[in-house]
Amino acid sequence: MNDVDLAPQLAFGIIAAAMCISAIRVVTTRNVVHAALYLVVVLAGAAALFVLLAAEFVAVVQVLVYIGAIVVLFLFGIMLTRAEIGRLSDLDNDQRWLAGIVAVFLFGVLAFFLYDGVRDTKLPEPPAVQTSGEVGQSIFTTYVVPFEVISVLLLAALVGAVVIARKE
Amino acid sequence: MLLVEFLLLAAFLFCVGVYGVLARKNAVLVLMSVELILNSVNINLVAFGAMHGGAAGLAGQTFALFVIAVAAAEVGVGLAIVLLIYRNRRSIDLTEADLMRG
Repeated sequence: MNDVDLAPQLAFGIIAAAMCISAIRVVTTRNVVHAALYLVVVLAGAAALFVLLAAEFVAVVQVLVYIGAIVVLFLFGIMLTRAEIGRLSDLDNDQRWLAGIVAVFLFGVLAFFLYDGVRDTKLPEPPAVQTSGEVGQSIFTTYVVPFEVISVLLLAALVGAVVIARKE
Repeated sequence: MLLVEFLLLAAFLFCVGVYGVLARKNAVLVLMSVELILNSVNINLVAFGAMHGGAAGLAGQTFALFVIAVAAAEVGVGLAIVLLIYRNRRSIDLTEADLMRG
């Protein structure tokens, strides 16, 4: 490996390690608020990976929508359902071991076939930068119909959430 | 960077999310695990897009944006349902929400 691809490789390793540890903490921690904060680390790591892959617009949207909106919604949800702020003992159900076996088995199968199939495929180095302008052009020309459908979906979700959550 | 590194990381996050959905009984934590799953799909989409470049790269990024929008809608409705369950039952323990069990 020459010096040119060492830096992104190193960055990927650090980000991936942080994401893996935080993801495991999200599903194992005994503190609901800590789970939300570990989720922020995972989402920020994903945004960093998007920057590494030269997908700048997706990275910015990831930070704005996921970290800025969705995690805040989660924190509101935690507060409104009055979960104890602190350690709780009964956050897991009694299928924990079965769930662990399923997850490990699934990862084993996925990893085997991914490694078998695309072991040597290299990403272009440096990655081809696709600017926000090009992404916007793509959304509003090629994918304009899915875009409109997403708009209707968001409206429906907005109305649905208001109807479900309002008091009678 | 190799493509398989990104795909393996995404597969790992997906499996952690599946574990969370199966093993957690707090409804908010289950929704967080679903977010992990959706996020791993986004990593896959952008990584495949970066591998192919050009129109396929734009397609990958565009669909990643669509997935983010769907995730936002899903969390909005999901948390509304969780609030409703909490208001009616004073608990968001999913093992107790068995009204529709056959």
